[in-house]
Amino acid sequence: MKRRTFFKRALPIATVPFLVNGFQMKAFGRGSIFEKLLQSATQTDRVLVIVQLTGGNDGLNTVIPLDQYSALSTSRANILIPDNLVLPLNGTTLTGLHPSMTGMQNLYNNQQVAIVQGVSYPNPNFSHFTATDIWLTASDSNQVLPTGWVGRFLDQEYAGYPLGFPNTQYPDPLALQIGSVVSTALQGPAVNMGIAISNLSNFYQLTTGNYNSAPNNPAGHELSFLRETSLQTNQYSNSIQTAAAAQATNLSTKYPTAGTNSLADQLAIVARLIGGGLQTKIYMVSLGSFDTHSAQVDGTAGNESGTHADLLQKFSDAVAAFQDDITLMQQQDRVIGMTFSEFGRRIISNSSLGTDHGTAEPVFLFGSQVKGGLIGTNPVIPANATVNDNIAMQQDFRSVYASVLKNWFCVPDDVLMASMLQTFPLIDMLNATCTTGVSNVEGEQNNSLRNYPNPANSSTIIEFETTGGNIQMKLYDEVGHEVETIVEGTYAPGTYQTELDTHNMAKGVYFYTLKQGEQSTTKRMLVM
Amino acid sequence: MKQIKRSEFLGAAAESLAPDEEKNKKAAVSPFANKEMPRFDAKSMTGLTQYTGHFGTAQLAHLLRRTMFGFTQADLNYFNGMTLDQVVAALLTHAPTPAPPLNAYNNSNYTDPLVPLGQTWVNTAYGDGTGNSLRRKSLKNWWVGLMLNQDRSITEKMTLFWHNHFATQMASIGDARYCYVHHLLLRANALGNFKTLARAVTTDPGMLVYLNGDTNTAGAPNENYGREFQELFTVGKGPNSLYTQADVEAAAHVLTGWKDDRTTITSSFNPAKHDTSDKVFSAFYNNTVITGQTGVNGALETDQFVDMVFAQVETAKYLCRCLYRYFIYYTIDSQVEANIITPLADIAVQNNYDIVPILSALFKSEHFFDVNNVGCHIKNPIDHLIGVSRQFNIAFPNASNIANQYKGWAIIANLLINLTMDPGDPPNVAGWPAYYQEPQYHELWINSVTLPFRNQYTDILSSANGLNTAGINLKMDLIAFTQQFSNPEDPNQLIADAAALLSPNDLGVDQTAFIKTILLSGQTADHYWSDAWIQYINTPSNQTYLNTVLTRLRSMYTYILDLAEYQLI
Repeated sequence: MKRRTFFKRALPIATVPFLVNGFQMKAFGRGSIFEKLLQSATQTDRVLVIVQLTGGNDGLNTVIPLDQYSALSTSRANILIPDNLVLPLNGTTLTGLHPSMTGMQNLYNNQQVAIVQGVSYPNPNFSHFTATDIWLTASDSNQVLPTGWVGRFLDQEYAGYPLGFPNTQYPDPLALQIGSVVSTALQGPAVNMGIAISNLSNFYQLTTGNYNSAPNNPAGHELSFLRETSLQTNQYSNSIQTAAAAQATNLSTKYPTAGTNSLADQLAIVARLIGGGLQTKIYMVSLGSFDTHSAQVDGTAGNESGTHADLLQKFSDAVAAFQDDITLMQQQDRVIGMTFSEFGRRIISNSSLGTDHGTAEPVFLFGSQVKGGLIGTNPVIPANATVNDNIAMQQDFRSVYASVLKNWFCVPDDVLMASMLQTFPLIDMLNATCTTGVSNVEGEQNNSLRNYPNPANSSTIIEFETTGGNIQMKLYDEVGHEVETIVEGTYAPGTYQTELDTHNMAKGVYFYTLKQGEQSTTKRMLVM
Repeated sequence: MKQIKRSEFLGAAAESLAPDEEKNKKAAVSPFANKEMPRFDAKSMTGLTQYTGHFGTAQLAHLLRRTMFGFTQADLNYFNGMTLDQVVAALLTHAPTPAPPLNAYNNSNYTDPLVPLGQTWVNTAYGDGTGNSLRRKSLKNWWVGLMLNQDRSITEKMTLFWHNHFATQMASIGDARYCYVHHLLLRANALGNFKTLARAVTTDPGMLVYLNGDTNTAGAPNENYGREFQELFTVGKGPNSLYTQADVEAAAHVLTGWKDDRTTITSSFNPAKHDTSDKVFSAFYNNTVITGQTGVNGALETDQFVDMVFAQVETAKYLCRCLYRYFIYYTIDSQVEANIITPLADIAVQNNYDIVPILSALFKSEHFFDVNNVGCHIKNPIDHLIGVSRQFNIAFPNASNIANQYKGWAIIANLLINLTMDPGDPPNVAGWPAYYQEPQYHELWINSVTLPFRNQYTDILSSANGLNTAGINLKMDLIAFTQQFSNPEDPNQLIADAAALLSPNDLGVDQTAFIKTILLSGQTADHYWSDAWIQYINTPSNQTYLNTVLTRLRSMYTYILDLAEYQLI
């Protein structure tokens, strides 16, 4: 990056005409792409990997409430995991893991797994498709939302997408789906914010250009969609290939043989892209076939084996290998993972050695920055459960999402609200904090520190008030790295201006922080 | 963001907005993807009234695009001159029942102990697991073969429609013979009666296994089928479909006692496993009580249950919405609901759910031929890949070598999997998301993985060497393809004829001009192409002449097949 030249002079304001709010801002107006970019607040290089366990995972046979074992023996005798085989967890005798999950047990005992118990939502839905939509869109039970929760978050962070994307500041996909179908979770207000890739070697140059504009009818709509997909695919395939080349191999030896564990195969791709420096924030991977209405356990070989055991083994092995891999790549502190399934399963089993659709489930968070342990208590199993009994909700799944956005991606409250659409209690589940040099960004209404024009294209005036004393003003880039000291020195009480030359600065969001003694004020600026 | 309650969703979307709000929405909607169901200035106001406008090549092509998997110049020629009524009647005629799938899978590693090479396996015993998985593959390949060789009939497209509607997964059903029986049921009823089919599917052995009807007993009811029958097969999730969880449970109780038979590949009713209590349904079903029956009469409850569900107009509306999304477009707004879905559902009810009158009304309607409904439907992978194979008359190995014949079909079957459509194994019981997942619907076929695949496959098939896999060569004869057009020596006419066959939409001035530069290799005068073509026609044995035209044709067709327009029907 080129070293930039700044004017470092601060002049008293008295002689300079005052531009109220800066006309540039006004000209762009509320809701414009520029204003949204100015509000962009995620100054982290953190990554979230979302693991979807499709079909409805039987949480009761995954995270086993040993203190409820006698009631479980009544309600699901034919699929009950023998208690002597349940994997113990450090620090508790009440809860254990399915015998297949040694990888997760190991991570848990190293404080790298948090298990949120009883995750659901009011009036849970039993339909796969409706329940999946609810989890992906973070809607209420009786509500249909046209956008996904991640899509809304990314739409806040990267206003205007896909117009103007990729660009020099955001050369990489915002979200990546490993597979051929992009998740509804990534659906933004305008378009899906995600890009799908199935592997790291098969990219194809698509035809673009030479066409007349499309008519304003359904055919024109679909033509435009197809053409845009071609264009973007070409552009993003380059950045993905670059990252894959930079991390040419996985470093962990714990991955199962390729082709035997699809989740591990997907996470191996994710690890390489993270290791290779791709700036993508969200990765989505999935493992299917959790809809175990029948033959969930192998009645002959023992209830600790069978379909569900195989699935949990794949899940556990894949996560363990992935954690090992990104740790070897020294990326572990900027990555967390989160699981979900559209629902848990019914407390009582059916006669086909399976379970029908249920409600609350345990959600796993994994990573070095996760606050390891159990969150919440074991579900309470009625002594004589009926077909209508389900596991009680302890946490709304949207509290988990909101906590990730707030405490991992450090979004300000307005972005959190725009992403989650309601307020949800936050859960203390991460060690990571949001105290970067550019936290607590002030709103536009605070006039003690401001710049204009904003956005700036060649230079901008920064204006600040001081009560007098030693002050220091620094400039940070979008991820919180210090760019430059703008002003440093002792100033008499008053209002001052300094001009910042933005000619050679990369386009994008910057933050400038004024420190006066213990007090610190930060504002955003956009360089176009 | 405007939030809409689930129960109000379709109704709310159907309300027309105030002018200001309409304008704001338009400004907010991205030009190339769906924030919500797309709305357009050019809006179709047409209904089911019979179309009486011009029925020329363009209209015929539109009808064939939507009812067959790819149509050819020969198809256009065949129907040319017939009336709309005649063409629709022909297309709605059921194709003959095909001969069953064969053992084409014996090889050096595996020999089916029960079925000789070239004989069908559908009536024999299960055999072993390896053989069974090869039989399932044989069934899938056979199905691809039927689609590749389809008659001038909607039969194949409707068979796939029912497969998507009553979706099952062969991998989950397991036994290939069950899969075949299930497939035959859909195929035989492709143009039959929806209610008859739904009743038959309910106790079809494959479906019993797939949705756990086979383990649904009085002692341990399994809700799986009772739920999906209502949610996905009949009354659906429309705004007025207000069945309850209690209805799901009551349905499960009604359906207790059915069992499949692994020897006969049939189903039967076991009164001992049937719940004989009375089943009480909600107000949505007018508080119907299906009285519990004992003995063999318990099976009659299933018929009563189907009768009750089909007495709901929601069942007819749901079917019509599914047909609309499959054959027309995915946006169903208040206009479409009022002008198409409601009257079409009336036709369904009047005809006691016979399919032909419903389809006939739809395909002869003004709405179907409305210019705003032409060329807006994103091809599913079968439309695309089987369509291109048929349009370019790609030669597949014939029946003289059964193993090779199935291998040829298997190539297409495998490529379809990469394009995210594996007929026989949809993602789940809801079928393919392109037909139900708001707001993108058909657009879900297209993404950064599948669009490159589509282009890659047509690029390879149109290449000089074609696609070579497992000793099978699939390629296009681009000379023969070109010769079927009216005047190939005129580059403008050639491009126009090819575009009429390959694109439902006008390619536009710029794009057409660019395609011509490909054909003329950058020359500006038309006669360069005309001369080259005439030279070749006069002396077809001259390799240089052949090569000159073939290179240019190949570049041009490859380009056209990569266009966004070729992804649409």
